Amino acid sequence: MENLLELFAHRFFQNAVWTILLTSLLSAMIGTYIVSRKIVFISGGITHASFGGIGLAYFLGINPFLGAVVFAITTALGIEWISSKGKIREDSAIAILWSLGMALGIIFVFLTPGYTPNLMSFLFGSILSVDRFDLWILIAVVLLTALLFILLYRPIVYTAFDPEFSKTRGLPVSLIRNIMAILMALAIVLSIRVMGIILVLSLFTIPQNTALLFTNDFKRIVAGSILWSITGSLTGLLVAYFLNIPGGAAIIFVLTIQFFLVKVFLLLRSSKNR
Amino acid sequence: MDSKQPLASIKNVSVGYGGTPVLTDVNLDIYPLDFIGVIGPNGGGKTTLSKVLLGILKPYRGRVLFPSGRINIGYLPQISRIDRSFPITVKEVILSGVSSRRNWWKSLFTKTEGIAEKLLDELGLEGYEDRAIGQLSGGQLQRVLLARAIVNNPQLLILDEPNTFVDRNFEAELYKILERLNKRMSIVLISHDIGTISSIVKTIACVNGTLHYHPSNELTEEVLHIYNCPIDLITHGELPHRVLKQHS
Repeated sequence: MENLLELFAHRFFQNAVWTILLTSLLSAMIGTYIVSRKIVFISGGITHASFGGIGLAYFLGINPFLGAVVFAITTALGIEWISSKGKIREDSAIAILWSLGMALGIIFVFLTPGYTPNLMSFLFGSILSVDRFDLWILIAVVLLTALLFILLYRPIVYTAFDPEFSKTRGLPVSLIRNIMAILMALAIVLSIRVMGIILVLSLFTIPQNTALLFTNDFKRIVAGSILWSITGSLTGLLVAYFLNIPGGAAIIFVLTIQFFLVKVFLLLRSSKNR
Repeated sequence: MDSKQPLASIKNVSVGYGGTPVLTDVNLDIYPLDFIGVIGPNGGGKTTLSKVLLGILKPYRGRVLFPSGRINIGYLPQISRIDRSFPITVKEVILSGVSSRRNWWKSLFTKTEGIAEKLLDELGLEGYEDRAIGQLSGGQLQRVLLARAIVNNPQLLILDEPNTFVDRNFEAELYKILERLNKRMSIVLISHDIGTISSIVKTIACVNGTLHYHPSNELTEEVLHIYNCPIDLITHGELPHRVLKQHS
C-alpha cells in the first residue's frame, strides 16, 4: 500500500494517470462512433497512415505529433471522401493508405541521420513519458470533442445511423461526417501516445463492446465505455508497473479480461434467472 | 389548397449513377392527396425515382419543381438499407424524422417529449420506445420506419417497399393506415407486388427505364405490355386474374 502511495507521488505517474483518464474520455466517445458505424478498419487505416507523418516529422526535425496529426486527418478525410463517392473499392483503398503510411514512415526514419530513440514508443506507446504539454493538448481535444458531442449529439447519431434519410431531413451529412473524421484522427493520434500505433485500436473497441453487453443506447455506450476504459486502463497501468511489463500490452490484457469476466457474469446471471 | 397545382413536378428528368442513366425523360406531376403506386421490374429505376424526388440524387437533365413552394417529404427507405445492429433506440429513430429541411439546427434541442410515444401508440407499438431496433421483428421495424417518415407531418410520403418482411395481418393494417394518412398527404408507394398496389392506390406509374403514368388503378395485361412494364403477376399465387380487371 505504501508502495502505491509513493508511486502516486511521482510526477511521471500522476501524468500517466491523468493521461489515462483523459484518453479514456476521448476514446469512449469516438470509439462508440467507430464501433456503431462499424468503421474499425477505417480507424486502423488512419492509425497506421499516421506513422508516415511521424517519420516525415523526424526527417524534417519537427514535432512528430504534428506530422502524425496532418497525416491522420488527411487520411481520415480522404477515406470519407472515397466512401461518399462510392466509385473505388473502399476497403482496398484503406489497405493501400494503411500500408503506404507505414512504408513512408519506414523510409523517412531510414533516411534520417542518427538514432531515432522514440520510434519504439510510437509503435508500442510510452505512457510514462507524457509531459505537461501533451496533457494540455489532450485536455483541449477532450473538451472540443465533448462539446461537439453534446451540441451535435442528434445529428452525429442520425447521420451515422442512416445518412441517406438524414439528407432528406436536411441535415448537413457530409459536414458532420467530415467533422467526425477529423475528431477520429485527432483522438487516434493522441491515444497513440498511450498505446502505440499497433495497440491503439483496443481503446476504441474493447470498452465499447463491454458496454454493449449492457445497453443498446448510444449515450449509455459512451458512458459505459468511459467507465470500463478507466477501470481497465488504470488496472493495466498498475499491473504493468508492478510486473515491470509494457503498459500498453498490460492495458489491453486487462481490458480483454474485463470483457470476458462481464460476459461470463451476465451469462451466469441469465441462466440462473431462467 | 389549390388541387390544380401539383405539389411536385418532375420535368424531363434523366438520372442515373456514375454517368449511366437509369431513367430517361421522366415526367410526373404529383398533386395534393394523390396516391400513386409505382411498379416495375427490379433495376427499372423505382428507387432512383424516389431519390430524385427527395433531392438526394441530382438529375443529369431536366428538373424537379415544387410549384407551391418547398414541401416536406417523408421517406421510408427499403428496409434492407437499415443497419439493424446499430445501437439506437426506437424513440431516437422516430425523432430523427423531426428535423426540418430549412433549419436543421433548430431541431438540435427541440422538445420532443411524447412525440414518439404518441405515434407508437397509433401504430400498435406502445411501450417499445426504449427498445433497440435490433430487438424488433421486420414488421415492427417497418412500423418504426413509417413513424419516422410521418412524424413531421409531410405533405408527400414516399414509401419504398413498405410491405417487405411484413406479415399478412400487418399488411392489411398498413394499408388502412395509409388510407387514413392519404386524407391529409399525398403518397407515392413503390412496390414490386402488383396485387397490393392496385387495390389501394388511386393511380399507377410504371417505371422501367422511363415512366408511364396510368391515371387509374386498374391494370390489364395489355396495359402492362404497352407500357413495357413486365411484372411477375404470379408472385403471390392467389388468382392474379382477380387483380387484373378488364380495362373499361
